[in-house]
Amino acid sequence: MRDRLTEALKGHQADYAEIRLETGEVSHITYRGRRVDEIIRAASTGGNVRARVGGGWGFVSFNEVDGLRDRTALAVRQARLVNRQEGHFAPVEPVVDSVPPEVRKDPRDIPFASKKKLLDEYNEIILGTPKIQTSSIAYTDSFKKVTFVSSEGSFIEQSRVDVTLRISAVAREGNEVQQASISLGSKGDFGVVEGLHRRVGELARRAVEMLSAPKVRNGEYTVILDPVLAGVFTHEAFGHLSESDHIYENEKLRQMMVLGRKFGGNLLNIVDGAVIPGLRGSYKYDDEGVPAQKTYLIREGYLVGRLHSRETAGVMNEKPTGNARAVGYLFPPIVRMTNTYIEPGEVSFDDMISDIRLGIYARDWYGGTTSLEMFTFSAGEAYMIRDGKVAELVRPVTLSGNVFTTLANIDAVGNDLEMNQGGGCGKADQAPLPVSNGSPHIRIRRCLVGGR
Amino acid sequence: MYDYLSSARKVAEEAEVFIVHARRTPVHFEANQLKQVQTKESTTVALRIIKDGRIGFAVGNGSIPPEKLTAMAVETVPFGPEADFEFPPAGIYPPVNVFDAGVDEVPIEKMAEVGLDLIEKLREHTPDVTCEGNVSKQVSEISLTNSRGVEASYQRSVFSVNVEGVLVREGGLLFVGDGESSCRPVTDCSGIARNIIRQLEYARVLTRLDSKTMPVVFTPNGIASTLIAPLGVAFNGKRVVDGSSPLKGRQGEKVFDSRFNLWDDATLPFQPGSCPCDDEGVPSQRTPLVENGEVRGFLFDLQTARQAGTKSTGSGRRGGGLPGPGSSSLIIGEGVELFEDILKQIDEGLVVEFTMGAEQGNLLGGDFAGNVMLGFAVRKGEVVGRVKDTVVSGNVYQILGNIGALSRESRWVGGFLRTPYILCPGLPVASKGV
Repeated sequence: MRDRLTEALKGHQADYAEIRLETGEVSHITYRGRRVDEIIRAASTGGNVRARVGGGWGFVSFNEVDGLRDRTALAVRQARLVNRQEGHFAPVEPVVDSVPPEVRKDPRDIPFASKKKLLDEYNEIILGTPKIQTSSIAYTDSFKKVTFVSSEGSFIEQSRVDVTLRISAVAREGNEVQQASISLGSKGDFGVVEGLHRRVGELARRAVEMLSAPKVRNGEYTVILDPVLAGVFTHEAFGHLSESDHIYENEKLRQMMVLGRKFGGNLLNIVDGAVIPGLRGSYKYDDEGVPAQKTYLIREGYLVGRLHSRETAGVMNEKPTGNARAVGYLFPPIVRMTNTYIEPGEVSFDDMISDIRLGIYARDWYGGTTSLEMFTFSAGEAYMIRDGKVAELVRPVTLSGNVFTTLANIDAVGNDLEMNQGGGCGKADQAPLPVSNGSPHIRIRRCLVGGR
Repeated sequence: MYDYLSSARKVAEEAEVFIVHARRTPVHFEANQLKQVQTKESTTVALRIIKDGRIGFAVGNGSIPPEKLTAMAVETVPFGPEADFEFPPAGIYPPVNVFDAGVDEVPIEKMAEVGLDLIEKLREHTPDVTCEGNVSKQVSEISLTNSRGVEASYQRSVFSVNVEGVLVREGGLLFVGDGESSCRPVTDCSGIARNIIRQLEYARVLTRLDSKTMPVVFTPNGIASTLIAPLGVAFNGKRVVDGSSPLKGRQGEKVFDSRFNLWDDATLPFQPGSCPCDDEGVPSQRTPLVENGEVRGFLFDLQTARQAGTKSTGSGRRGGGLPGPGSSSLIIGEGVELFEDILKQIDEGLVVEFTMGAEQGNLLGGDFAGNVMLGFAVRKGEVVGRVKDTVVSGNVYQILGNIGALSRESRWVGGFLRTPYILCPGLPVASKGV
């Protein structure tokens, strides 16, 4: 196989070329109420060739893994057509390696019937709760093996197993409908979706409580985010801004994101890294064959790093960070996050909340999106803070604003880091990419809150 | 195709095979220049079987042998949904043309030129705008067969142009953008250019609004990014059957403003959402959803139609899994006033062009709260500049239950929605100001 792939890449008029081949299997079950909504088994084989000529790229993807030499020639022709002279591509050492999947309790060893039995148990807990109208459950496990070969001599085989579960409870009274959810995931451990019965029960009760919860008045508040929501904030609001492909070709944006710029207080440290083992965003090599790293993005409030592919690193004259990822063979790798988090500080939750007279405690993730400096993300659960204490439950809130202002307004970082493994990231049509994010509790002054 | 069907029929009472071959060529632009040319070929085979009264389902991408695909589908049967329906027999499909051979004939060089010309036009207007985008052509061959005799196949071509520009202004960012999608080649991009230039004009000055309740105009793009997701949920047959749609059981009831009309039409020629039959072999049709404010219908596929005791509206659509009800082209009927005249009615208000995150709200209840990515302040009937750090929130049913005005102008957004501008007399707007 290695010889066949290496041979297909030889003798083309290109500065660089690579082939990625992929085989994968997916099992997926969804419920709406007691009804199984979807049950899918899927199998894929496919691949792609990517070629670089100057600063231009050609990319060819396919399901039929044949004629690789011709497909490479087509990718090269397309790259040539782009006709971009200047090209920078950070050099890396070629790697030859084979990486087996990291698994603890392999979901592929669990019979379909056992998976369904577990989901049925969760479902009954939700549906047995008064005022619950329906539930929605989505479980997915997948296996993927990727073979990567480059014209520079790299040959890497990597496999991974991914598990995700999202459970929602929908409560209804008259025309009022409220929903509460949890999302979980793991890299190769079915165990994380087991034993959730108590949490599922709480979830259902919270959805019902939300029916009679008051709405927050839109406006600016002091807000405390729990580790899950603060993790999403870190990913959405700051992480995407650290992806160099947004800025590498735009001089003004590069100035905006100049290293050494002060973004927050001395208490703020933000990290991304696939090298941290056992998380959903972890891997040994990215999809360009670059070894994974741990990259400080913000250290003591100052911008000190960013995420790179080989191209963005080359253009910006920095080192590659191993962040080029493709969600699958249909796409070329682009700059993505891996495991992104705020490092813990020293403040306890009680100290953080004690001097807030009126504020909001926003918990849990519902969704989030960003457009460089602007972000918006939704809490799954929210409470008022009154006189230094968590007070009544309110309807879920949406937090939004400008990332620069908001990072500067973080004035407390807790001592209780937790990683959230339930996320899937989307960018440029490539979704859901397995990532994780995390944070301790953080406090933000003057945060714009919308009720929903 | 028939080897998949015959392999499945050996073990199941009923079987259906859905195959899509697609070849897509996107040309990508980055930093105002051509950056990447792609060719994407894919083959997907979806097998649905009915065995012992239950549905089994498997998908193969690439060369998955028929026996393997059948075995995978059979594996899911004991846990699959109960089949409340039968596959349809061979039907007569309306002639809906969604294929233009000219799409595939557009050379890559011409696609590059279309994109670069559009970018140049924008840069003539605003020299420091940095654009990215893509021009793409796609040809798909869709075929469907089932054990009751359906044999449908058609070709679809789609050509699309999308461009987004970013400007660094006063220490902040300004995003503008627009796009078009059609089954015929899109070589005249003057409509896209006009719309983006208008965004740039409106955003020339940064201004502020006080946080309060005020009139808000949603542009067609604004409607697509803010109001459509909750409507999509409410009219989806699945949500009607499971009871989570707030419109369930309200057919014939006047829920919306009497000027509000909404329908789904899969028969419009050369619209990317159109097709002669849906993904289950049911003939395409025009489905009224709201007429003069009254709820008229919902979108059903075979399964949900049977559960609701009605007929499929030809709305069976597939993503990666089992078919489910989905829209083709959604159309909101236009009104009588000009957009300009609608603005004149506003003393102080907001025009919403793009929101971000609005769909994160409680979709089922119709609530939304969106960050106004691109929005403009209106004073004394005129757009006076862009507002930033602003959130608009509300409830779709309240907004569409009491419409201030619908514009006479109407526009396609992304090839799947046609809508006029809509004025809401009063919505809460929260702004941090400049």
